[in-house]
Amino acid sequence: MIIRFAGDSGDGMQLTGDRFTSASALFGNDLATMPDFPAEIRAPAGTLAGVSAFQVHISDHDITTPGDEPNVLVAMNPAALRNELPRLEAGGTVIVNEDAFDERNLTKAGYTDNPLTDGSLEAFTVFEVPMTSLTQGAVEPLGVKPRDAERSKNFFALGLVSWMYTRPVEGTIAWIEQRFSAKPQVAAANLAAFKAGHAFGETAELFDHPYIVDPAALPAGTYTNINGNTALAWGLIAASQLSQLPLFLGSYPITPASDILHELSKHKRFGVRTLQAEDEIAGIGAAIGAAYGGHLGVTTTSGPGMALKAESMGLAVSLELPLLIIDIQRGGPSTGLPTKTEAADLLMAFYGRHGECPLPIIASHSPSSCFFVAIEAARIAIKYRTPVILLSDGYLANGTEPWRLPDVADLPDISTTFATEPNHTNEKGEEVFWPYLRDPETLARAWALPGTPGLMHRIGGLEKEDGSGNVSYDSDNHERMVHLRAEKIARIADDIPEAVVEGDVDDAELLVVGWGSTWGSIDAGANRARARGRKIARVHLTHLNPFPRNLGDILKAYPKVLVPEMNLGQLSRLLRAEFLIDARSVTKVRGVPFTASELEQAILDTLGGLR
Amino acid sequence: MTDTLIPVTTRKDWSSDQEVRWCPGCGDYSILAAVQMLMPDLGLRREDTVFVSGIGCAARFPYYMNTYGMHSIHGRAPAIATGLAMARPDLHVWVVTGDGDSMSIGGNHLIHAMRRNINITILMFNNQIYGLTKGQYSPTSELGKVTKSTPFGSLDHPFNPLSLAIGAEASFVARTHDMDRAHMLEIFRRAHEHKGSAFVEVFQNCNVFNDGAFEGVTAKQVREEMLIPLHHGEPIRFGADGHLGVMLDAQAGARVVEVADVGEDALMVHDETRVDPSVAFLLSRLARGPSEPTPIGVFRAVDRLEYGSEVNLQLAQSVADKGPGNLEDLLRSGATWEVA
Repeated sequence: MIIRFAGDSGDGMQLTGDRFTSASALFGNDLATMPDFPAEIRAPAGTLAGVSAFQVHISDHDITTPGDEPNVLVAMNPAALRNELPRLEAGGTVIVNEDAFDERNLTKAGYTDNPLTDGSLEAFTVFEVPMTSLTQGAVEPLGVKPRDAERSKNFFALGLVSWMYTRPVEGTIAWIEQRFSAKPQVAAANLAAFKAGHAFGETAELFDHPYIVDPAALPAGTYTNINGNTALAWGLIAASQLSQLPLFLGSYPITPASDILHELSKHKRFGVRTLQAEDEIAGIGAAIGAAYGGHLGVTTTSGPGMALKAESMGLAVSLELPLLIIDIQRGGPSTGLPTKTEAADLLMAFYGRHGECPLPIIASHSPSSCFFVAIEAARIAIKYRTPVILLSDGYLANGTEPWRLPDVADLPDISTTFATEPNHTNEKGEEVFWPYLRDPETLARAWALPGTPGLMHRIGGLEKEDGSGNVSYDSDNHERMVHLRAEKIARIADDIPEAVVEGDVDDAELLVVGWGSTWGSIDAGANRARARGRKIARVHLTHLNPFPRNLGDILKAYPKVLVPEMNLGQLSRLLRAEFLIDARSVTKVRGVPFTASELEQAILDTLGGLR
Repeated sequence: MTDTLIPVTTRKDWSSDQEVRWCPGCGDYSILAAVQMLMPDLGLRREDTVFVSGIGCAARFPYYMNTYGMHSIHGRAPAIATGLAMARPDLHVWVVTGDGDSMSIGGNHLIHAMRRNINITILMFNNQIYGLTKGQYSPTSELGKVTKSTPFGSLDHPFNPLSLAIGAEASFVARTHDMDRAHMLEIFRRAHEHKGSAFVEVFQNCNVFNDGAFEGVTAKQVREEMLIPLHHGEPIRFGADGHLGVMLDAQAGARVVEVADVGEDALMVHDETRVDPSVAFLLSRLARGPSEPTPIGVFRAVDRLEYGSEVNLQLAQSVADKGPGNLEDLLRSGATWEVA
């Protein structure tokens, strides 16, 4: 069951959707969500530009996407109806706030006739509910002014939909009381509206039976509902604990990454230092400074900030210090679509710096995976003394799913050791510290923290002499250092899991290769194609640089390779260049994820249609 | 870090084994010598001292100090030093920068480091020219300056570095020059001892691209009449036998006067601890360039909350209030449910 809540930016649709999601999670449904809101904080009320929506997919079985076409649309005004109706499945259910369909709002939404009366909604099941006036009626006894009363109507809608889908109400009631505890009258009004909506669903003859979505059969364990940015922030805290390095975040606010800064700034008990820097460059600069001092340095941003940080990333590559650069991708170029998702920064992550400047790149594939990917990024950064780029995106950042909590004891030890003694004898026979002497296996350099007696040394962005780290303009040395830095990153392939093929491993006609947030859509789309008799294998990449050792063999084992991406084919280019295979690309850059049916169709098209 | 006694050191202990590569005759040599001479007197351990620089001639400085050091990228040293000083309050963090590095490409980081009052000591070598890129005008070059990039004379209005620092409410602001070692030693020591951001402008001669830029005020034969030494709590007087002084007047701000004309009581008494930055700002505007009598010394030295210490206090307070964080509890901090 897929429900889409839509209204004006000021109508509280994100809050309504979020609460419905929490109630569903506690009820035991599997779920996936997708908030979809405009970049403007408050676009003019009632206009198409101001429509804010929240889609939630609840299910009695394991699901991986927020769903293709909503089954139910809750539209709080004409603009919401006009914007969102085209997404609704044929014959779907529409619940509208009848009170909002006055001439003024209809005109603002661009309707010449009222869609509720002109017959244009005949193909749908439409429930017209006077939500505004019913809400006002419910809260009037509390002494709330009509104008303020109207603001509780999202809770009326929430109560109504909660009844329709038999959500337990206790959690929401407790939440309202707690959330608005500082404003008792607002709490009372919202509560009254919520109960009125619920009661309306129960008593009105509009609905002849409630919809029931049973709990899903999920693996046993303790679950919580998590979005990608929170999971990522918690993963960073976990990485700090597991590495025994204090966490330092240098960050500049940017959509959709800011919530990581917000979350981390709460957790001072974990020794987390956060700096809201003066700009993106200072964010990464401070993180480099903290890393130099022995902290786990992190900077978080989105595309425009990645561009600004590029020079500093080059410095971190030259300094060979651990650093995490987290890019929550959004639509570009330039300011682009700040609140819409895209995954078009992959080639920038690979190549967006001057000189030969390789660094590891890894990507999360679901909201909860952000937790583990943060730990893995830190593991690689610390072990190999290198900056690591972690790619997430706006969809993962804000989307939620139930997460079976890991056992903390099972998380890896990613601690490291620092140099405390000289590591070299110079030509004068003196014991000295050479900061660029490397571990022969990992090629990681020796790391001595400021404060360590006897190991004083200078590092910097000028090319360094192999070993001593002194400034060197020697051409042989430069070539050797360029190769050493590349080889260090390439060798990480020996230290990451091999790629795993899923689906019809032995006899697939087609391999679908994905990375990032397309995971859920690919899973659902491939399974649909398999249900129609096609043999499909899938591989999803977490490690993008270096690629897993076995990726080339996997790619060559199947007759056809299809690469769905939320860009114009960036991974497919890399695969073609690296492995000389005919990787076909299917792309989408519409600010929203692939739907399962789009990928099912792309798979069938690649295979020449149904057998 | 292990022993408690600070070992006795000499200038040589603070000099690295790297060959110094500034142009012969560069003012940077005398500044380096002053810093290396000062260090043994400050009671610091070499390993607890870090020099961070950006790009430019001045930015080579860390390579010549036998301490920890980072030669970073253009303009970003204050940002990097901010992270280091926040993470490691046990270290003494110095930033060495130039007029292009700090006033131009890194202007934003400089003002924000000073605004936050990060515990760093900033030495800004001002030579009013781009040296490393071979002779373009800088943001402190005077109007009309003819350089490689301004063959018809510069049209760019220059920054006054001290006005900028005081405008950003830096808690310590001072000026010295490369021709007076004793003055440099005194000012660098004061800057180091200050808690919070200390900003020191050092007039520095670039003998290749802008030779003699400050000669009009720093040359031995003119100093007495052209440099105005600032001493806290004393009337501001200079010139032979102190015949000149600085007076505040309501209309024009601060101006130079003959003491005989106005009387000693009319002179301004220097108060570096004045919290309001307005008077220090007036003093920074006294000379329009190094051709007019120019104040040197400490313009401003005030106590203000230091950002890094405050951050660490918040962390300590959180732990004191609620105990150290527990990962298991964090993961369960939202609503949870059990699936059997």
